[in-house]
Parts: sequence; C-alpha cells; structure tokens
Amino acid sequence: MTARTVVAIASLAGAVSLSACSSFYEIAVETPIQASIDVGAFQRVLVAGFLNAGTQTIDANTETARLLRSQLRNRQELRVIEADALALVEEMDERLGITPPPLDEETPRFPDADALAKHEAIFEDREFWQQIGEEYQEPLIVTGTVVFSEVTRSGIVSRPQTVVNAQGIDEYRTIREYRDMRGFALSPRFIFIDGRTGETLHTESFHEEALYPASQNTPALSSYFELMDRVLPSFLNTLSTQKIRGSRVLLK
Amino acid sequence: MRITIWLLVTFLVGVSGVAHADERDDAKAQVDFGITVAQSGLWKEAAYRWERATEIDPTYGAAWNNLGVGYEQLGRFDDARRAYEKALEVEPDNTYIRNNYDSFREIYDRQNRRRDR
Repeated sequence: MTARTVVAIASLAGAVSLSACSSFYEIAVETPIQASIDVGAFQRVLVAGFLNAGTQTIDANTETARLLRSQLRNRQELRVIEADALALVEEMDERLGITPPPLDEETPRFPDADALAKHEAIFEDREFWQQIGEEYQEPLIVTGTVVFSEVTRSGIVSRPQTVVNAQGIDEYRTIREYRDMRGFALSPRFIFIDGRTGETLHTESFHEEALYPASQNTPALSSYFELMDRVLPSFLNTLSTQKIRGSRVLLK
Repeated sequence: MRITIWLLVTFLVGVSGVAHADERDDAKAQVDFGITVAQSGLWKEAAYRWERATEIDPTYGAAWNNLGVGYEQLGRFDDARRAYEKALEVEPDNTYIRNNYDSFREIYDRQNRRRDR
C-alpha cells in the first residue's frame, strides 16, 4: 500500500466520520426553574423590613425593603403592599429592655450577623407575624436580615493588558499582580412568612462580594445596588418560576 | 464439517447484525420524529418519542442525549440527569453530549443548592 493510498483512505474515513457527526440540531431552550414557594394562596406581599448589620453608611433595612418592593411590583403574581419598613431592631430592643447606644457611623452597633443573634428571636414570634398579617389582610410576608459590611482583601489578581507586538499590532495579555482591594460584602437572609399563621415558609441566604482597587473610591450605596443586582434573580425565583435561556444540541 | 460450522456462525452473526440494524432503524425513526416535534416546542411528545427510542435500542447514545434535553425542558431534572449520564456511558467521547450535560449541570446544581438551604 503506497503512502498516497493511505492518505486517500484516511481522508475518506475522515469525511465519513465528519458526515456522521454532522447529524445534529442546535435548538434554543428555556429551562424552567420552579419557584421555591407556591404563592397561589396569597394575593398580596408585604416586605416588612429587615434586621440590618454591618456598615451604617447606608440604611440597609430601608434600602432593601424599597428595592424588593419595586422589583416585586414589576411581577404580576402578587400585589405589593405599600407600607414603611418595620423597625425590627427597635422592636426587639424594647422587648429585650436594651437602650440603643448613640448612633456612631465609625463603629457599627451590629458588626456582623452573629451580633444580631438575640434580635433574630423576632422571626420565631408567630403571634407577632400573625398580627402583622391580620393588619395587612393576610399577605405573604418577606423579612430577614441584611448584613452589608466593608471588606479588604490582598492577593494576586489577573487583569488584561494591551501591548504592541513587533508588527505594531495591539495584543492582549493577561498579567498577574499583587494588589490591595477594598469593597463590600452583602449577606442577606430572606425569610418568607405566612401572614395567616405567622409560620416561616422558606428561608434563603446569599453572600456576594464586590472588590475594587484600594485607590478607587466606590460609594457604599452604588456597591450595595451592584451586589443586590446579583441576588435579585434568585430572590424572585423563590416566588415565581424562572426560565433560563440557552441552547442544547439534539442528535440523530 | 468445519466449513458448515463456519457458514452457520457467519449466518447467525449476520442475522443478529440485521436485527440490530432493524432496531436502530426503528429507534432512529422515533428520534427523528422527536426532533421534528421538539423544534415546534412539543417537548412532551418529543420526550415520549425519545423514551420509545431508548426502549427499542438502549445503546443509542443520541436518543439518551435527546431524552435528557426533553426531560430538562419538562422540568424533570432528576430524570434528565439520568438520561444524560446514560448517554455519556454509551458515548463517553461525544463532545455534544458532554456540552449539553455541562450546561444542564449548572442549572441542576444551582437548583439543588437552593433546595438544600
């Protein structure tokens, strides 16, 4: 068998295998992700307010309640009750007989989630939530904790860099360098309560971080919205079925 | 005598080959029809056709792959995982199946993480 014959046979085999592989159909798909809670029993939703910890440069309770309300208003499933966010920290302070310390922006009263432990007892108080439910015509109640805190990290980061090669053409290279980074971390825990019974239906926790070069001055509020943007799709998916668009290959 | 045995073995191998080819043809017809209806968004019917195809020929990797896609679209994630994994068992080197499976696993794992919380 000559080399030419071998090449011809190999080409033929290649062509045959290629034609065998070409029996495929790419198809657009929308994969449904089921909601975690069946909201069929509710007509309204009340974003009641949150226990907040971490930096006090923003009011995480009010901002979170406002943002979730506006997001829920865009959905058709439930009517959003317009009401001010409950001051859950003050409610628990009163119950626990605690006199809150004077506001100090430098040192937060609740630096992290652990510091909220005593106050979290409010989520177990079924009578309290049932009473809120009665007041607002038995809605689905959204509450929980929001920890928004400053973080600093140092380490090796990768970033693209443009260089001009010998032919005078721009090329991109990834370079690795040591950097000090500063930013914010957001850890919300959403608790969904049945306004008819005061019972907790579902709980969901998230953690997101956004880091920027230490030299960059990013406002806390803008970072908060950036982080909430990442959390919102999953939050909304708790209440309604979401479809994830993509493509798959069908084979013959 | 030796020639007779050889001829008999050849005949039997040929017959079984033909039988398998018939099975594959029947399964292929189901797969083709499933693809046609899937392209019109009729995923329930498509999944039924691919189920039939895998029953007729359990060694048909394409049918298992398509069944995985079909189950995924019907929200039957555990069944989809099993179908994709069967497809990869039959055709471990098929990159189309591997890519479908990887894309599916991203969603499947996310869903399970939510369930575990």
